Amino acid sequence: MNIYICIKQVPDTETKIKLNSEQSGIDTTGVKWIISPYDELAIEEALRLKEKNTGSTVTVLSCGPTRVVEAIRTALAMGADSGIHVDLPETADNNLIAKALAGAFKKETKIDIIFTGKESIDDGAAQVSQLIATYLDIPYITVVLNIEYSPQGVKCKREIEGGAFEIVEAPFPLLVATQKGLNEPRYASLPNIMKAKKKEVRVLKMADVEVSAADQKIRFKNFQLPPPKQAGKKIPGDPHSQAKELVRLLHEEAKVV
Amino acid sequence: MAKVIIIAEQRDGRLKKSTFELLSASSAAGNETQAILLGDGITDLAKELGHYGAQTVHLIQNPALKFYTAEAYSIEIIKILKSKNPDIILASHTPSGRDLLPRIAAQLGVGLASDCTQLSFEGNKIKVRRPVYAGKATVEVEFIGPGPQVATVRPNALGGAKLNTNQTAEIISITASLGTLKTKVTDVVRGVSGRPDVTEAAIVVSGGRSLKNAENFKLLEEMGDVLGAAVGASRAAVDAGFRPHRDQVGQTGKVVSPTLYIACGISGAIQHLAGMRTSKVIVAINLDPEAPIFQIADYGIVGDLFLIVPLLKDEFKKIKDEHN
Repeated sequence: MNIYICIKQVPDTETKIKLNSEQSGIDTTGVKWIISPYDELAIEEALRLKEKNTGSTVTVLSCGPTRVVEAIRTALAMGADSGIHVDLPETADNNLIAKALAGAFKKETKIDIIFTGKESIDDGAAQVSQLIATYLDIPYITVVLNIEYSPQGVKCKREIEGGAFEIVEAPFPLLVATQKGLNEPRYASLPNIMKAKKKEVRVLKMADVEVSAADQKIRFKNFQLPPPKQAGKKIPGDPHSQAKELVRLLHEEAKVV
Repeated sequence: MAKVIIIAEQRDGRLKKSTFELLSASSAAGNETQAILLGDGITDLAKELGHYGAQTVHLIQNPALKFYTAEAYSIEIIKILKSKNPDIILASHTPSGRDLLPRIAAQLGVGLASDCTQLSFEGNKIKVRRPVYAGKATVEVEFIGPGPQVATVRPNALGGAKLNTNQTAEIISITASLGTLKTKVTDVVRGVSGRPDVTEAAIVVSGGRSLKNAENFKLLEEMGDVLGAAVGASRAAVDAGFRPHRDQVGQTGKVVSPTLYIACGISGAIQHLAGMRTSKVIVAINLDPEAPIFQIADYGIVGDLFLIVPLLKDEFKKIKDEHN
């Protein structure tokens, strides 16, 4: 099978976000970059599928500036076979990213399945998976917790609201966006990290994947940090009077119950 | 004044409160407000949309639309959007809305502002802000190029759905012609709890590792049920196996904006605060007076949640009984 993964490099969740002086983005000085956690599940699922299907290949793609090659190398160290870095500006929006990835996929000879994380933890928009599939005109299933494979396609357990699930079926080729709970991503072993350095990472420029600046459809501006909240009231007293007073305040002052 | 089309949402024959929020906000701003509703056997729901401000409802019914799939739903929606050519297209950032709207935006060749928490109408445009890094910062979204502005809006972010049964909508019934579909929903496994989803609930009660085990979450569920609340959890509690990941609030879980968030035994790690800080009112209950959660809490109780929560449940019950 020809198995593909799209990953995004993002600031670690422990990062304290600071803005640049123009408020046009974040200050990336000292940021620790990681693979977005949902994308690690996509990598793991791709590797497990390859292990069940001898002769399969796993190719990992990532868009962004040169630093994202580190993320691709990490995926290669986990077990992916080769990488494609699509060189895009830091400020690329979801549409430009998805169109560039779709452009890269159109250069491949055959695609059976594409795995992505259900969203990235930086802008959290949950758009790129659906956009790639729409541009490639293939089905997509997002927020997937379990996958059963058949020769024709997949049967997925998809999380919806209120603790409910849907069972969704679709044929190959398709895109599946992974949700936490699907698997436990492996760690790269030291020998595999060494081996990964020799694996091929191709670089594609915007012209190679037939996108231009005009494919950018939105731009983030006027970044703001959340207004500092004033620490509120601490309610004194014994548990009984604390509970009584809190409920009174929520009812009479905040008017939320 | 703008021409606004809202993609309405129903599940199991019930309209989403977040759909009413969008209709009311658009209608209150004086916009020409239309809705598109899809499903099977849902004619009554179309009327209800009128009571919240839809002037026109495009009602699309077909047995194949009983369960949402992006593939089937987008077919007729795109046809209507292309023929009506609205200035603004809105949907809720719910599991279906977030799955569907990227496809709609791509098929219209325009951008999408996802998960907006602030929205205002200015002439025939919208101005929106959304969180990034799960709420550690917010950004204004600039739409580039021609075509409608498309946005999904976080449930509860706009507040105030206004029911007016004197308002009625013109209902345009459309029989969907869907052709052969590749994606099929073959089964739906219902949630067992019957509680609202953490992302949609007006009140969320969340617990941390201090709950000590899964069994103790019953305390939160019992208090939550008095309030009609959803029960959430911190990453620490989920990692410890007390709750499933779908209940996790924070940067690697759900990001929520309820009107009331009650954090019980949650210290307030940066990635958790990111996921709930836009809540309207925050209550923290924690033994440690230095816990970071108190810095963003409107009301705090330094104390033992195992004593406080059952007492709170009784007090909430009293208030509820008085007002029913």
